Amino acid sequence: MAALLSVSNLEAYYGQTQVLHGLDFSMEEGSITTLLGANGAGKTTTLRALCGMVKTHGEIAFCGERIEQRGTEDIVRLGIAHVPDGRGTFVDLSTEENLRLGGYTRKDRRAAAADMERMYEYFPRLRERRKQQAGTLSGGEQQMLAIARALMLGPRLLLLDEPSFGLAPLIVGQIFDIMRTVNQTEKVAILLVEQNAAMALELADHAYLIETGRIVISGAAEAIRNDDAVRRSYLGY
Amino acid sequence: MSTFWAQVFSGLVTGGIYASLALALVMIYQATHHVNFAQGEMAMFSTYLAWSLIHAGMPYWFAFVLTVLISFVGGVVIERVIIRPVENAPVLSVVVVFIGLLVIFNSLAGWIYTYSIKSFPSPFPSQPISGFEYISPHGMGAIGVTLVVLVLLYAFFRFTPLGLAMRAAALNPASARLVGIRVGWMLALGWGLAAAIGAVAGMMVAPIVYLDPNMMSGVLLYAFAAALFGGIDSPGGAVLGGFIVGVLENLVGAFVIGNDLKLSLALVLIVGVLVVRPAGLFGRVLVNRV
Amino acid sequence: MQTETTATATATAVPAKLPGARLASWAALALIACALPFLINGYHTFQLTLVLVYSIALLGLNMLTGYNGQISLGHGAFYALGAYTAAILMNSLDVPYWATLPASAALCLVAGFLFGLPALRLEGLYLALATFALGITMPPLLKYKHFDALTGGSQGIVIIKPDPPFGLPISQDQWLYFFTLVITVALFLLARNLLRGRVGRALVAIRDHPVAAEAMGVNSALYKSLTFGVSAMYTGIAGALGAIAVQFVAPDSFDIFLSISFLVGSVIGGISSIAGAVFGGAFIVFVPNIANQISKAAPWAIYGVFLIGFMYLMPGGIVAFLRIAGDRLLRRMRKSSR
Repeated sequence: MAALLSVSNLEAYYGQTQVLHGLDFSMEEGSITTLLGANGAGKTTTLRALCGMVKTHGEIAFCGERIEQRGTEDIVRLGIAHVPDGRGTFVDLSTEENLRLGGYTRKDRRAAAADMERMYEYFPRLRERRKQQAGTLSGGEQQMLAIARALMLGPRLLLLDEPSFGLAPLIVGQIFDIMRTVNQTEKVAILLVEQNAAMALELADHAYLIETGRIVISGAAEAIRNDDAVRRSYLGY
Repeated sequence: MSTFWAQVFSGLVTGGIYASLALALVMIYQATHHVNFAQGEMAMFSTYLAWSLIHAGMPYWFAFVLTVLISFVGGVVIERVIIRPVENAPVLSVVVVFIGLLVIFNSLAGWIYTYSIKSFPSPFPSQPISGFEYISPHGMGAIGVTLVVLVLLYAFFRFTPLGLAMRAAALNPASARLVGIRVGWMLALGWGLAAAIGAVAGMMVAPIVYLDPNMMSGVLLYAFAAALFGGIDSPGGAVLGGFIVGVLENLVGAFVIGNDLKLSLALVLIVGVLVVRPAGLFGRVLVNRV
Repeated sequence: MQTETTATATATAVPAKLPGARLASWAALALIACALPFLINGYHTFQLTLVLVYSIALLGLNMLTGYNGQISLGHGAFYALGAYTAAILMNSLDVPYWATLPASAALCLVAGFLFGLPALRLEGLYLALATFALGITMPPLLKYKHFDALTGGSQGIVIIKPDPPFGLPISQDQWLYFFTLVITVALFLLARNLLRGRVGRALVAIRDHPVAAEAMGVNSALYKSLTFGVSAMYTGIAGALGAIAVQFVAPDSFDIFLSISFLVGSVIGGISSIAGAVFGGAFIVFVPNIANQISKAAPWAIYGVFLIGFMYLMPGGIVAFLRIAGDRLLRRMRKSSR
């Protein structure tokens, strides 16, 4: 079976500076993969490269189609949803408007409306605040909103950039639980960039460790979790 | 006292036109952070188009609608073809391109239609309606048309998916792309709408000030003043600003400085707002921390 | 924006690296400049005078835009101020033509500085708006009936052409040309000294990195207003000279399209250099004639196309283009001589 996502010799540049030096990895449908690494290693850049937001060389294939030269809007319409770092919420619009925008490209209006209901079930706090201006939501609520908005796309692959950033552990736990549920019920594959390696390795099936733009370790999440040497030297715990 | 009310009402009429044009300016500013210096000349050119259609025998409202549609398409085309290549260029370059557009439209109009003043018909009856001496039927009609346009626009942006998408593209283009919105085309649509609004404004003001290639330069200046006064990134502020500027212009012109110097009020307002409160009444105040 | 990061804009578009060559080219230029009026007729001499006049105005604008990053769409207003000052002084007070220059200069310096004081708050776009408003408002102000006695209202003021002094055996046009030439050279030298020194470096710092400049103690508010003042002063002097050359001032000659002409000349000549001002001046004087041949009724449409085209192709203007071309030529010559 063809992989959902397959990346081959991916290089990425900010202007003249090369940030990714030939990444190779792939993801199966419905799997959860996590990208770990220190600040500046290139994790966020990888997600951006997948979405066509930075200059790239190399091959990216999604559901068998090559997407590396396409624009962000087109890649999104193929079924990749990206929750960027900083969340990218439309802070001046209401919660509900943010969700509606998530479903903007859906052809089936009724299915999109049904999905919005489902989002409110996953995230009841959002239902309470549906008319509220998104910028006034708490950090955790904004993260939930960002994820919900991404899910409104009906994606096959969800890219998550540091969802735990700046949030209290309790909230982070809730969010990770919801992601597990979403992965199991909606069969959405998740590519998770995280600094909180412990929680990420709990959730994920596979893990890649990136250091200065190169993958240095790859393997099953469980194996890495149980490997004391790796944990101590690379993940700091 | 009757002069006072007459001035106020005619100020509301021209104010509605300033409000429309100011709204067009704010729409483009919100999406691009550029001020379309050519907005007035585009509106003037649209009005000349309408004049041609009417003189070719087309009934007024047919010509009106057709002109609005053509202006819409024209706005979209101009954005895609002329503005897009300099989208990310420095401010000076973009201003120069706008001035280039201004000059092209102005001279094209002068070339095709000559500089002689033409009269432009009003679709509203010319006999004053009894009981309403302060405001002509055209004036009332113009205010009515302005209000209809404003309400339609509000409804479009507030209640339709496309309107929501356009707002999103203006507020946060990066996130808009991430939900699949084609931000470039949203910009083009915005230009189209702005051009259409301008056409309506032009057709409403032409019966009052008569049609000639330089008809809109004063109107544009007042619209700038209105947009700045209300807040360059606030559509509601622009509309309110337009009506206020219109009334103020008439009152100041009639009672303070005389009609010849009215236009300098716009200059004073612009500089005044920029000095005292650049964000205008309702705009967002940006703090520049050094 | 032009990518010149130092204020040492070369005053010649020929990138001659040998000091002898540069001196030679300056001498040749000077010779040609002095000989020309004797080789061409009076009207052409008058046109050359106008080229010089506009290059002074453009130098003023360049100071503001190229070196200080501020945009003005209303410099026509300062040109008008200078022109009317000269005209009124000569007409109503019998002031000799050469004395009107310092008066226009002083008035425009002050006016520019005062307009520039609020301008220090306005960046790019907003300054463009405010100066645009100034440019549009000028003709109605000049036509204001209560000023009629002074300004001549819509009819304007006629000025008598000055005679050459000391009974020199040259025509009035030729004298005006040389008079303007000397003033032009003096103003250019002054500008060059200003812009190459501390002032110029401060201006460029403010343009490129305003926050850093502030942090380094450059009083950007003062510099910006002063720059606007000096820029207005140059344009005002040009206005006075222009009025004397044209012998006539009227409100409708100083409308927004004059300001736009200055913008055109500045853009096309290049906004970050002194030599560009001369190229721009020549453009403003001669292109309308050519444009009229292409399309009698729409020279401005051609201007507009030029403006847009230039922004796409040569954002640095002709002088930057020539410098790049000249550098390439020099590199090729060096390569072939190895």
